[in-house]
Amino acid sequence: MEIIEEKPEKTILLLGNEAITRGAIEAGVDVATTYPGTPSSEIADTFSHIAKYLKKKNKKPSFYFQYSTNEKVALEVAAAASFSKLRSLTCMKHVGLNVASDAFMTYLYVGCKGGHVIISADDPSCHSSQNEQDNRYFALFASCPMLEPTTPEEAKEMTRIGFDISEKLKSPLLLRTTTRLNHARGPVTLKKPRPSKGKGFFEKDPDLVTVPATARKKHPELLEKMEKAAEMSDNSPFNEFIQVGKKSKMGILTSGVSFNYVKEAAEDLNLDVTILKLGMTHPIPPKMIKKLLTDCDTVVVVEELEPILENQVHTMAHEQGIDVEILGKSTNHFSRLYEYTPDIVTKALAEIFDKKIPFPNSKESALTLPSRPPALCPGCPHRATYYALKQVAPKDTVYPTDIGCYTLGKAPPLEVADLLLCMGSNAGTACGLSVSTDQKIVSFMGDSTFFHSGIPPIVNAVHHNHDVVITVLDNRTTAMTGHQPHPGTETDGMGDPANVILVEDVVKGLGVEHVEVVNPNNVKKTSEAFKRALDFKGTSVVVSKAPCILLKNRDRRKGGKPVPTFEVDQEKCTQCDTCLNEFGCPAFYKKDGRVYIDEQQCNGCGNCLQICPEKAIKVRKEEN
Amino acid sequence: MKTSIVLTGVGGQGVITATNILGKAAVNADVKVYASEVHGMAQRGGSVYCTVRMGDVSSPLIASGTADVIVSTEPIEALRYIQYAHKKTQVITDTNPVVPFTVNVGGEKYPSLDDVYKDISSHAELITLDALQIAKDAGARITKNIVLLGGLAATGLLPFDPDILLETIFANVPPKYKSVNDTAFKGGMDVVKKK
Repeated sequence: MEIIEEKPEKTILLLGNEAITRGAIEAGVDVATTYPGTPSSEIADTFSHIAKYLKKKNKKPSFYFQYSTNEKVALEVAAAASFSKLRSLTCMKHVGLNVASDAFMTYLYVGCKGGHVIISADDPSCHSSQNEQDNRYFALFASCPMLEPTTPEEAKEMTRIGFDISEKLKSPLLLRTTTRLNHARGPVTLKKPRPSKGKGFFEKDPDLVTVPATARKKHPELLEKMEKAAEMSDNSPFNEFIQVGKKSKMGILTSGVSFNYVKEAAEDLNLDVTILKLGMTHPIPPKMIKKLLTDCDTVVVVEELEPILENQVHTMAHEQGIDVEILGKSTNHFSRLYEYTPDIVTKALAEIFDKKIPFPNSKESALTLPSRPPALCPGCPHRATYYALKQVAPKDTVYPTDIGCYTLGKAPPLEVADLLLCMGSNAGTACGLSVSTDQKIVSFMGDSTFFHSGIPPIVNAVHHNHDVVITVLDNRTTAMTGHQPHPGTETDGMGDPANVILVEDVVKGLGVEHVEVVNPNNVKKTSEAFKRALDFKGTSVVVSKAPCILLKNRDRRKGGKPVPTFEVDQEKCTQCDTCLNEFGCPAFYKKDGRVYIDEQQCNGCGNCLQICPEKAIKVRKEEN
Repeated sequence: MKTSIVLTGVGGQGVITATNILGKAAVNADVKVYASEVHGMAQRGGSVYCTVRMGDVSSPLIASGTADVIVSTEPIEALRYIQYAHKKTQVITDTNPVVPFTVNVGGEKYPSLDDVYKDISSHAELITLDALQIAKDAGARITKNIVLLGGLAATGLLPFDPDILLETIFANVPPKYKSVNDTAFKGGMDVVKKK
C-alpha cells in the first residue's frame, strides 16, 4: 500500500486514477462518492482499498467513502458534505454525468462551501462505453471551472489544487480526464497530506433553497464567478507556453493527453513552434490565448473529440479582429472522431509543417487474423441463464439489454441483446415494446444496474400491466467495472457490514405478481422458470442469482481449494458441437475435427456437463 | 534515449500485471517512465494491448515502427500489433494459441503457427518460447507473464539491470510465491539468452 505508506517527497509509479485519489488525500478530502464506471473506477476503488487496509491495521481512514446507488445520488451526497464545509470528491464516467446532470446544473447556481472536485472520465474511442460524448461541454453548459491533466503527476496536483480553486470560487470544479490519462501509469512525487476535518457543520442558508427567486439571484452571481475564474486561468500554473526549437510565427494550442503527442511529435519533427498547453480549459485564459493569436501567423489547435477550444479561438480572433490562420478540425487536419495517437498527431503536424514522418517504415500483418472481441468469461453464470432461456423462448422474442458484462450476450451463438441505450434502459424499452408489438419481450439488467436506474421502469411496467419478462442477472457484484459492492451486497465501500437489499424483495414490494428466483447453474430449472414467466400475462421478474465466476474462483483459491477444470472424453464425444454452437463457452475449441477444452481458459463451472447430450465431459486431472 | 515496449496478449493472462511491474522497476531504477493499459470491458477475454515507454518520453503511447520489443503471451496477438515494429524489433512470444470464440462460432480462421511466425519474421526479429510450460515447470501456470518478463530482460534492451526487475517482481508478489517467480523469471531469461 505504498500510495499511503510511502513518505512525502518519494516518487512512486501510479495509475492516473490512483494519482487522483492520492491528490484528494493530500488535499485532506473528507467525503468521496462514486458510481463505478470505466475508465473512472480505480479512483473510487483506491479509496475503498485504502479504507479497508487501514481498518485491518486498526487505523481510522482520513475520509468517508461510498459507492452510491447512482451518479446523481453520489453527487448529492458529496454536495451535502460540501454545504457542511467539508472537502468532497465525486467521480464517475462521462455518461454518469448525464445521470448526475439534474443535480449538477443547479449545483453550479448554488455553489459550494467546502471544495468539491467532480471527476468526469471521458472515453474517446468508446473503449468501454456506449458513446464518446465530450463532457467539456458540461463545463461550458453549467459554467463550471474545469481542469484537464496530461500526466498522472499532473492529475494528482490538479486534484490537490482543484480543491483550493473550488473554495476560492465557491464553485464545484470539474476535473475532466480521458481513458489515456485514467489508465496511464507514470511517476508521481508525493506531498504531505493536509489533515481532513472529519465532521463539518451545516449552517442554514436561504440561498441553498433554489426557489425561482433564489435561482434568479444566483444566476448573475454564477456569471461573475466565471469572470473571476477567467482571471485565475490567465494566472494558472497549469497554463503555460512551451517553446520547441526556435521562435517562429507558428503556434500550437493543445490540452489534455493530446499535449503528450504534440510535444514528442514537435521534437521528433524538429519543429520551431510555440506550444500553449492548457491545463485550465474552462474558462480559457483570455490574455494568454490573445498573445498566442497575435504572436503567430498560424495556430494549430490539437484537441480530441469536439472543437471546443478551436471554436472559442475562432470567436476570439473574430471579435478582436486578429488576423491569424487557425488550423484544426474546421480545416480537416484533425478529426472529431475517436482517440488521438502519436501516429495521428505526428502525421497531421508533418503535413502542416511540411516535414517527413521520422519513423521507420512499418506495416500491418498481411495475414487475416481472427478478431478477438471481449466475451462472457468461461464459467460466467450469465451464459447459463441465456442458454436456459433460449431453450424455451419463441424465435422472435426481443431482448432489450443493459450496461454490464451481460451486454456481451450480443455475440454469437447466444445473440440475446437487441436494444441498448443507457443504464436502466432495458426495462423502459421493454415497456415500450410490449405496447408496440405482439412479440415476447425478455429484458436483462445486472443487480447493480437494477439499483442504479432499473427500479423506476419496473414501477412503470407494473402500473401499466405491461406483458414483459424482466430478468435481473444477480451475480452479487458490479462485475464489469472491477467487482464493486452495491446495495445488494453484504459489505460497503469502507469494508463495513451493510444492510442487504434483496432484488426479489424490492420487486415484490413494487407489486410484481410473478417473481422467480433461480440459480442459473441449474440449467433445467432455469429453463422451467423462464417458461412459467413467459406464460404469465403481465409483468414478471426472473432473478437469476449466482456469483460471478471470477469472484467464486478468487474465494476458492483464497480458501486453498483448487479450481477444477474439465476435458472432453474423446471416446464419447460425437462432435455434435452443442457446446460450441449453442452454449458458446470460449474455453471450447475445435482442432482437426475434434472438440477440446482449453485448460488455460476453463474456469471450472461445470455447466457443460449439463448441456452435453452425450455426457462426454469429465473433470481433468490437474497439475497446477 | 527512448525505450518503447509493447506488451500484448489475451485478457486474463497477466499482461496488465507485467506492465505495472515493468513500470515500477523503471521507477526503482530512477528511469522516467509512462505506461498505458486497457481496463474494463476490453479485459473480458479480449485482445489486450499495453505499452511501456522509458527515458526521454512524454507519451505513454507508441508511434508505428518505433517499438524496441514486443512481448506477447499469445502468438497471433504479437502479429496483431506488428505495425509497431521495425526490422530490428525483438518480438518475444509464447507459443500457446488461445483460439478466440470468433473461430469457434463465427467462421473466422486461426492461421497456422508456421504462417504466423513466418509473417512476424518478415517484419522483425522473432523469439519464441513455451512460456506456459516453463511456468508450469516453475510451479504455477499463472507465472507465464513473469517468464516472458525474464525473456524481455534477456534482450539487454531494458535501460536498467535485470536484477532490478526481479527485485520489483518479488516486491509485488506474496512472499510464499517468491521462489516460483524466481524460477519462472530465470527460466524465461535462460531460454531467450540461448536464442
